[in-house]
Amino acid sequence: MAAPELIIRGARPAGSDARTVDLYVAGGRVLSMENHDPGRTHDARVVEAGGLVLLPGLTDCHVHLREPGQEWKEDIASGLAAAAHGGFANVMCMANTKPANDDASVTSLMLDRARDSWPNGPRLFPVGALTVKLAGEALASLSELKDAGCPAVSNDGRPVSNTELFRRAVEYASDLGLIVIDHCEDPFLAPGTGINEGLISSALGLRGQPSVAEAIQVARDCLLAAYLQAPIHLAHISCRQSVEIIARAKEQGAPVTAETCPHYLLLTEEAATGYNTQAKVSPPLRTSDDVAALRQALRTGVIDIISTDHAPHAAHEKETPFDEAPNGISGLDSALALSLRLVAEGALSEADLVRALTKGAEIFGLPVNRFTSGDPADITLLDPNLPWTLTEQEMRSKSKNTPFLNTKLTGRCVGLFVAGKKIV
Amino acid sequence: MSWLHKDLLCVSQFSADDVETVMRTADSFQEINARPVKKVPTLRGKSVVLFFAEPSTRTKTSFDIAGKRLSADTFSLAKSSSSLVKGESLKDTALTLEAMNPDAIVIRHASSGAADFLARRLKCSIINAGDGWHAHPTQALLDLFTLRRIWGDVAGKTLLILGDIAHSRVARSNVILLGMLGANVRLCAPKTLLPARPESWPVTIEPNLDAAIEGADAVMCLRLQLERQQAGLLPNLREYSNRFCLTAARLAKAKANAPVLHPGPINRGVEIASEVADSPESRILDQVSAGVHVRMALLHLYLTRRDTPAAG
Repeated sequence: MAAPELIIRGARPAGSDARTVDLYVAGGRVLSMENHDPGRTHDARVVEAGGLVLLPGLTDCHVHLREPGQEWKEDIASGLAAAAHGGFANVMCMANTKPANDDASVTSLMLDRARDSWPNGPRLFPVGALTVKLAGEALASLSELKDAGCPAVSNDGRPVSNTELFRRAVEYASDLGLIVIDHCEDPFLAPGTGINEGLISSALGLRGQPSVAEAIQVARDCLLAAYLQAPIHLAHISCRQSVEIIARAKEQGAPVTAETCPHYLLLTEEAATGYNTQAKVSPPLRTSDDVAALRQALRTGVIDIISTDHAPHAAHEKETPFDEAPNGISGLDSALALSLRLVAEGALSEADLVRALTKGAEIFGLPVNRFTSGDPADITLLDPNLPWTLTEQEMRSKSKNTPFLNTKLTGRCVGLFVAGKKIV
Repeated sequence: MSWLHKDLLCVSQFSADDVETVMRTADSFQEINARPVKKVPTLRGKSVVLFFAEPSTRTKTSFDIAGKRLSADTFSLAKSSSSLVKGESLKDTALTLEAMNPDAIVIRHASSGAADFLARRLKCSIINAGDGWHAHPTQALLDLFTLRRIWGDVAGKTLLILGDIAHSRVARSNVILLGMLGANVRLCAPKTLLPARPESWPVTIEPNLDAAIEGADAVMCLRLQLERQQAGLLPNLREYSNRFCLTAARLAKAKANAPVLHPGPINRGVEIASEVADSPESRILDQVSAGVHVRMALLHLYLTRRDTPAAG
């Protein structure tokens, strides 16, 4: 047995009972998770983790880091800082930068910035643009994007309305082992209005978007995925109708996976009352019935993972009348603690939580730690009882746009290791 | 009597007593508007900014006249002549106006919530003169004033609101105000011009005008914006007018002498027939006159309010 370089002692693996373990790491990989003495350990860094919970390093497969082009909102260094402190070992950043990540040179620039700012991780995996300039007209050079390091491609934020083009894109991408991530939103049904069509939009005098605007595209994608037998990942699912369609598609063997976000699991359209632009997000916050359906879907695995859809915007951009404000919530700093709230409320088990925050790595072929010998030593240490408040000062993201600002939270990442190296 | 509201954003913030105060105050100003010299010194030294970021003739003029008759100094700012066209944010325009220390800002803006946005940030009184599709409280109050002049009380009366409800701040404010005072409100419009979840409003809905108008005590027509046709919400103006134009024959199904209201500007032959607009039942010009009385009352209440509630 190789001599361990890192020992994490006395942590309780998430999803297990009260049993604690000692984790041994060598060469950036898991050596063993044992309670017995492995022999020579005097050169190892020892982390006393009594009272802490041990999780695989978390994966967020949907963030917007704004670099290149909108660095006043976020850049790769600040976005990865928020990821690291939020407990994420892997993040996948969307292609709607300026210029869009529709070319390997942009992917390379992103990866260079990540290596320069956080050389030991968190790891950045850029998502390539599905179409040139995200215009939805011509396919981007998907093979070159893949070779440059993109595990997936997407037109996120500007969904492709041309179904023929989308079908061909999914087929072409599947040959390359690229998963297409789709932001499901009908291009005509009040796209991007950022508030649900319902009681609140009606009272506020705002144009709302009905939940069927999402579900219609979810149905299209599920049918295409089944027909083509090619994988599609459905981004930030927000409503019951989508859940029901995905459940049926999965039962029938369609190769679809799906994510939702903490805000869809914890908030409703009521958060927009008072023209609260912090609650303006696309897709919009829905109703308590949708929240219940999403929680259930996460338990049963109909929805595979929680992503953040981390969408930073500068304070002045959100400080406008509701209809002028951009859509989005800054989420990397708070996703773990907000997900823990679901565990505290009994909506998810701890095992559900681990799956929801880590399975993205499996879906997209990123490094996965199952705590078996030889796995990458990506580790998130959680203090489940640590109380804290999500203040602007606590957030590492440049942008503090979240409806959860100044919320009291319980539980926080207190240590992140990527390939055995301590990041925070 | 002390007026405790800092801002007027939506009629839903008023109690029935507040509404009564506004109506009585407007009654008392009505007499001034009939004098040969229509000016009193009540608001001398007070300044009111009329910030109209959306086109308006009657509302802006009405506030201007109301302020001047009370001797307030009024200053107009239109979007075309303001820094908004240079890309200044609403926040910065608002802070700039506030720095000149007005006592009130009257705002008209295309964004729902714009008045609320200013009220949260500024110390002076904000009077909402129409924000997007959301609210037009002074219009609802002048409509109420007009109806009370005819009936004395609106409780138990049935008002039919006809036309483009979905995009109408006038409809929203009237539904809230008249509902609060015990009137029955009916809405008549194609579904495409109704708001989302209209069943949550305290109204009855009838898409057939001939049925909807049966027994109504008053009818309020709303202006049809021509862009609704381009948005695919209705086929064309001819068909709209066939189904929803208030004609004399249709008006005959309402109660005898039922008053007809319209917030203006009217589209003759689209939502209201000329024969109705020019009939004795039409109270459209009474509404304009009432607008001056009611806005004088509101400026008076807001500009002479005390900042802190009286003890006890």
